[in-house]
Amino acid sequence: MATDTVPYGRKTQRDSPVSDLHIVWITAGLGCDGDSVSITAATQPSIEDVLLGAIPGLPKVHLYNPVLAYENGEEFIKSWHAAANGELDPFVLVIEGSIPNETIKKEGYWAAVGTDAATGQPITTCEWIDRLAPRALAVVACGTCATYGGIHAMQGNPTGAMGLADYLGWDWKSKAGLPIVNVPGCPVQPDNFMETVLYLLYMVAGLAPIIPLDDQLRPTWLFGDTVHDGCDRAASYEQGDFAADYNSPRCLVKLGCWGPVVNCNVPKRGWMAGIGGCPNVGGICIGCTMPGFPDKFMPFMDEPPGAHLSTGVIGVYGTAIRALRKVTNTTVNKEPRWRHTRPELTTGYRPTTY
Amino acid sequence: MTVVEKDPTRTKDPVLVDVSWDPITRIVGSLGIFTKIDFANRVVADCRSTSSIFRGYSIFMKGKDPRDAHFITSRICGICGDNHATCATYAQNMAFGIRPPAMAEWIVNLGEAAEYMFDHNIFQDNLLMVDFCEQMVKETNPSVLARAENTPAPHAADHGYRTIAEIMRALNPFTGEFYRETLHVSRYTREMFCLMEGRHVHPSTLYPGGVGTVPTVQLFSDYLVRLMRYVEFMKKVVPLHDDIFDFFYEALPGYEEVGRRRMDTVCWGSFNDPDECDYTYRHMTNWGRAMFVTPGVVVDGKLVTTDLVEINRNIRILLGHSFYEDWADDGEVFVEKDPLGFPIDKRHPWNQTTIPKPGKRDFDKNYSWVMCPRYLHEGEHLAMDTGGGAFARLLATSLAGIVDVGYIKATGNSTKIYLPKTASKPEVEFEWKVPKWSNAIERDRARTYFQAYAAAAALHFLDKAFAELNAGRTDTFTPFTVPDEAIGCGFHEAVRGVLSHHVVIRDGKIANYHPYPPTPWNATPRDMYGTPGPYEDSVQNTPIFEENGPDTFKGIDIMRAVRSFDPCLPCGVHMYLGNGKVLETRHSPNFGPQP
Repeated sequence: MATDTVPYGRKTQRDSPVSDLHIVWITAGLGCDGDSVSITAATQPSIEDVLLGAIPGLPKVHLYNPVLAYENGEEFIKSWHAAANGELDPFVLVIEGSIPNETIKKEGYWAAVGTDAATGQPITTCEWIDRLAPRALAVVACGTCATYGGIHAMQGNPTGAMGLADYLGWDWKSKAGLPIVNVPGCPVQPDNFMETVLYLLYMVAGLAPIIPLDDQLRPTWLFGDTVHDGCDRAASYEQGDFAADYNSPRCLVKLGCWGPVVNCNVPKRGWMAGIGGCPNVGGICIGCTMPGFPDKFMPFMDEPPGAHLSTGVIGVYGTAIRALRKVTNTTVNKEPRWRHTRPELTTGYRPTTY
Repeated sequence: MTVVEKDPTRTKDPVLVDVSWDPITRIVGSLGIFTKIDFANRVVADCRSTSSIFRGYSIFMKGKDPRDAHFITSRICGICGDNHATCATYAQNMAFGIRPPAMAEWIVNLGEAAEYMFDHNIFQDNLLMVDFCEQMVKETNPSVLARAENTPAPHAADHGYRTIAEIMRALNPFTGEFYRETLHVSRYTREMFCLMEGRHVHPSTLYPGGVGTVPTVQLFSDYLVRLMRYVEFMKKVVPLHDDIFDFFYEALPGYEEVGRRRMDTVCWGSFNDPDECDYTYRHMTNWGRAMFVTPGVVVDGKLVTTDLVEINRNIRILLGHSFYEDWADDGEVFVEKDPLGFPIDKRHPWNQTTIPKPGKRDFDKNYSWVMCPRYLHEGEHLAMDTGGGAFARLLATSLAGIVDVGYIKATGNSTKIYLPKTASKPEVEFEWKVPKWSNAIERDRARTYFQAYAAAAALHFLDKAFAELNAGRTDTFTPFTVPDEAIGCGFHEAVRGVLSHHVVIRDGKIANYHPYPPTPWNATPRDMYGTPGPYEDSVQNTPIFEENGPDTFKGIDIMRAVRSFDPCLPCGVHMYLGNGKVLETRHSPNFGPQP
């Protein structure tokens, strides 16, 4: 709308310098599609907020995700081919699932989607990444499988699975000069991912600086703190009050919780709409956002090796503090003595008129 | 025995065209469908399906701590991972010899009920029903849409849409009002799930021996208020879906043949009753029958067993056209006899060994990453289906006639579901009656009714949980030690059908672990006896009602047949069907000879 026709200089919409942005989302890594399912739970923003243009100033977003697509088969995958041929631009590439090592065997495939018209053979996920990553404005690894390898990259796995940055290289940059953006979590916390997408849209619209990432390529505002930093059971840790089995609502660190050393905001944010989480609601933190997941946290239900020492140290201080707080707590649980029904005023006020 | 004979009127010389869809979207995972369509007789002549992912759970779980099994196996599936985690804890409980406190079982049942409410809801109305939405019907059957515009919705008073076409418009993806409402419902039902199991889809609070969830007045009240919103929602959804499904039968005579196959279904039962379930193999027959969804094998429409011990003994894993080497000759025997002394077959999950051997995809040889689960019945290895889960559950429960909890009554040929009064709607009773056919429409209809069933079951579980809470019995966990040597099995219903986990423990570590989810049952390739899988005979011979000719063909009737099973590809899907003469090769919908 031309500004001269708008009364009083009114301005509610700012046009994005990029009118249309495509999101090509490959779910065909070694995964479970749990991250695609997870983002349908997001509300801050929701997937429909982004697709229906509910947030002002952003480009129109076109999503090509097989779990949510209207189209089937060739009609669906032609968009991926178009992106690979440079006909769909600009686009953000989202990868879900770990990347298998296709070079360790004589023939066949570990992960593939779509059929190569020339050979009649499946197109491997690695081939899709090779075709699409060089043309993408930004590449986002969604969930711990895609970021660092995750469950399918566990010791003893037959596929040689790894994370996207292991595959493309940790120094890899998109054609726009952006490193891979890693949003880990098994699955990814819904709002963490959609908020990252929103940030990238702001970037594309020229409304935000380059996304701040840490050494592990995670958005710093989401993964800068630990589970413990946001856990409401951290208070019982501080007081040396540890659960002896899973019946207890106290700190779970002696029962396998790795929260004090895991970068994740879930206990603070909740799983969705502030509800649920992990140690805050009785589930040990198994480190599912971490590059060392799962092997460095197994067996999950044993006390982490370092926790024995740290809980012993905090136990001395915490037990004393807890005892002192109990005394104070008892005091503040009593009303002041001047609230009574006796026929005298003992509040300290000296009435002269009654 | 009534074998379904389809399309006896196929009289014209076949004109076969190869049409493929790779990937099939709006399901979880990567599925490719390769068909031969006979456009002269308007019928699917031939069908193969493939999935191209291998991860190797049963390989990398060997040697791991048995307590880790539920955390690991949850990651098998991104939409029903919690069903895997739950099933794994059932197998752990048996292997470790523990019985969780009743409160823990009610919490797990409430979590799993929320999973059914969420998962059926999002699959039905945000993924599957797009095949029935205005946009799709306009592109595939314009005359049906025209008719829908002039067809009043019989239950308009219950759901508010005056005509069938209005319902179809409300189902349009993202822009449709009902589509968006169900997305919203899929969120608060997942909140209910998170209250009980911590996180969706990989739970945080499940353990062998119970749960870490803290049972409080707040926990159950938060669940209850959301549940009652869902109950009110179901009073609209059941009549809405009935209207649209009935309309398709009426508008397209013969539509009952789409996706039809013999009524051969399996259900492993869901929702343990803590009063009965002690997790011993010895008593599994009794506590299996006490489940709030009755386990049952139905052959040709007749219930042949509800006994989980018998069911366990008759599961067989056969090799198909898959990228594995056989283990039956020199593989290790882990379990010779079950705990009741019955011999266990080499091809039983307890004795399976997974030896991957990747190769090129060759539809005449190997093209598949899955094996073929079969049910041994009277000497035959039967290819059973789950009907997308809900169909087999309602069928087994109805025919068994055991479940009777106030909100639900199984009658022997139907299941009655009672939903109490809600904010703006009175009490209602829904009755799911055993249908005449096992076909696409009835699988889809059963899904809607099971959503109501899950809500009714949750009302019962809430009554029980509040009773425990008010009696002060708030323990949620039974401590245990891991034995050096043990075996266990867990039986559950994943949202889309049967789920079993079989574990063997040696030296305190996992020696063998084999999960069997629903999709391998539904979508197996031909096995070594040449028996085709359920997708095959339900998709093959599906008549084509789509009005488009070969040049604009979308294959909507095939899509409806396939999606009615609620395929979930992380489970693995591969199928193969027959040999048709190839006259042309085309990739739908962009036709033209392919190089």
